[in-house]
Amino acid sequence: MEPLFHAAPFIGYVYPNETVIPWSLLIVVYPYLTGLVAGAFTVSSLYQVFGMQRFKPVAHFALLTSLCCMLIVPMPLLLHLGHPERAFNATITPHWTSAFAVFGYAASFYACLLVLETWFVFRPHLVQQAQGKGPLRWLYGAASLWSYDLSEKAMSYDRKWIFALAVIGIPAAHGLHGYVGFVFGSLKSREWWSSDLMPAVFLFSAIISGTALLIALYVLSCKLRKTPIDLPCLKGMAYTLWGFLMFALVLEGVEFASLVYRGREGIDAIMQYVGGQLVVLFFILQFGIGSLVPIVLLSYMIWRGTTGRALVAGVVASAVLVLLAVFMMRWNVVIGGQEIAKTGKGLLAYHPPIFGREGVLAAVLVVLAPLALLWVMVRLLPPWATKRDAIDLA
Amino acid sequence: MKQENKPSLAARRRFLSKLGGAATCTGAAVAGVAALGAVQSAAAKSETAAGGSFPTADYDWTQHRWAYGVDATKCIGCLRCVEACKRENDVAADAHHFRTWVERYVYLEGEDKPRIDSHHDPVNIEASGSEREYRFANRYKDAKVEKAFFVPKICNHCTHPACVQVCPTGATYKTKDGVVLIDHKYCIGCQYCVQACPYGVRFFNDRKGVSEKCTWCYHRITKGLQPACVEACPVGARIFGDLQDRQSPISLFIRNNRVQVLKPESGNAPNVYYVGIDKEVS
Repeated sequence: MEPLFHAAPFIGYVYPNETVIPWSLLIVVYPYLTGLVAGAFTVSSLYQVFGMQRFKPVAHFALLTSLCCMLIVPMPLLLHLGHPERAFNATITPHWTSAFAVFGYAASFYACLLVLETWFVFRPHLVQQAQGKGPLRWLYGAASLWSYDLSEKAMSYDRKWIFALAVIGIPAAHGLHGYVGFVFGSLKSREWWSSDLMPAVFLFSAIISGTALLIALYVLSCKLRKTPIDLPCLKGMAYTLWGFLMFALVLEGVEFASLVYRGREGIDAIMQYVGGQLVVLFFILQFGIGSLVPIVLLSYMIWRGTTGRALVAGVVASAVLVLLAVFMMRWNVVIGGQEIAKTGKGLLAYHPPIFGREGVLAAVLVVLAPLALLWVMVRLLPPWATKRDAIDLA
Repeated sequence: MKQENKPSLAARRRFLSKLGGAATCTGAAVAGVAALGAVQSAAAKSETAAGGSFPTADYDWTQHRWAYGVDATKCIGCLRCVEACKRENDVAADAHHFRTWVERYVYLEGEDKPRIDSHHDPVNIEASGSEREYRFANRYKDAKVEKAFFVPKICNHCTHPACVQVCPTGATYKTKDGVVLIDHKYCIGCQYCVQACPYGVRFFNDRKGVSEKCTWCYHRITKGLQPACVEACPVGARIFGDLQDRQSPISLFIRNNRVQVLKPESGNAPNVYYVGIDKEVS
């Protein structure tokens, strides 16, 4: 008999309506993107706020990466909504008891902050281009708001703004992502999600994913531009990745341990899930390959003082694996929570469709969209240190 | 050089201050519109409370407090309630979208845990021959059954509904007469409420792009009728009525029985009262 509706297969007993998984692959992509936003911004802040000079080569690039990811963040949500044209209902008439009601405000505030900080950071470039003879000078002129003052006084004024925005940006970026963790952690209907540690788990995994993305993109861009890789900078990012990766692992371990230790109703189904579907998705992909291998690799390189090509290869490999681990973490939280039935007596299996609005193809395009945007942005606003900057540094 | 720059800097400051001013004005305008909306909606609510104009002119929702009862000892699993609900409320005709459903619990000899199934079980779909018709397959006819019973399920119209709490737009709300409704013209279809409901009673309506669930047939009860499922039940397993009326069927049901609710630990304070269910029912 041909089914009328392609529902998720299940074992045990699940409520009839649960066989349609509400939050699809796109809702896996959504916290993944906000995580990249927060993580990339963290690296940018390490230079802008905490004055860590070794991060200077990637500081502006980190800001652009954060901005490009942020501009795409609403896309998976809009694609997921049954009525995307009504999305602003949540902003026009927010229902304040909902964690989602804050999203419009928090995201808009942070996006504006990012745009403003980017504008101040790249203002000298905008002005130079606007006063040059390039074909896009009118565009740069408009982008600079026809304010061409690059005097020392104006620049120091700009620096104050950049510092202030970067300082405000730290709680804004991390608050935005911590709140995404709250969206899941605050729901009492699912034991898999209902945890006070969820915002913190999301936050630390966000920082490592953003740092990992920057490592991968920085090395790739150096190869494409045929410029030498700044090893102290790369090593700094590797340290950041290593440190926060340990925090992320400990937090997730503690969260999982308390879930099992509490052993509330439905724990049998959860343990069946952990010993079944999660073996590959969590223990092999997320924990083993994605987290343990990078942490061992990074520890070894730091211990041995590895440098040169071996350091670059090792750090990039770790970064790529961490990107995989964080994606798997999002999957295991978002999809995992829905694969464990609310009855506490059954398990479902989610198989995303390839095509369609919420299919694999759409999700892949949404993940690639910030990279495409970044590809354009680095051409319009080159984030790399120029020769003049190098002389200044010397 | 400095003299040239000063006016420019001042111009930029002026521009930024104007920008700030414009933002403040826009903010004030938005806040004004929102406040106006709030005033209008408050006015509408007080009008309803006083005059009783929702959803029909002669219905006053402050004069009722609806509740629902299920006597599981009476249910025979005929599923007329399910079919009545599907027709009455135009619920998707398949085995994965239900405003109400019935669960079967069967304890076989020598087994500790019950075997539980409902209409979405492939064996039951096979037995009915169609996903549009609902039947319990006679799958335990050759087994030694120790205990078996049916449990009808429906939205609990909780006093503290988690679905209402998480709705970002307020499209789902609790009425004054105790029913949880969804405004299908305002719902954005995010399905946060579907996730938040501990009872799995909400689902996504693909055709309309909004969340959907049982309304206790609000269009009927406000006209003095019973919900379709209650009316269709041939054995009186489903009881509905007004708690404000001490002699209503539901008031008597609660007063004359030792009732319980599902998942009380959720803190949702459900308003569907059960008699004759087992510890395994959740």
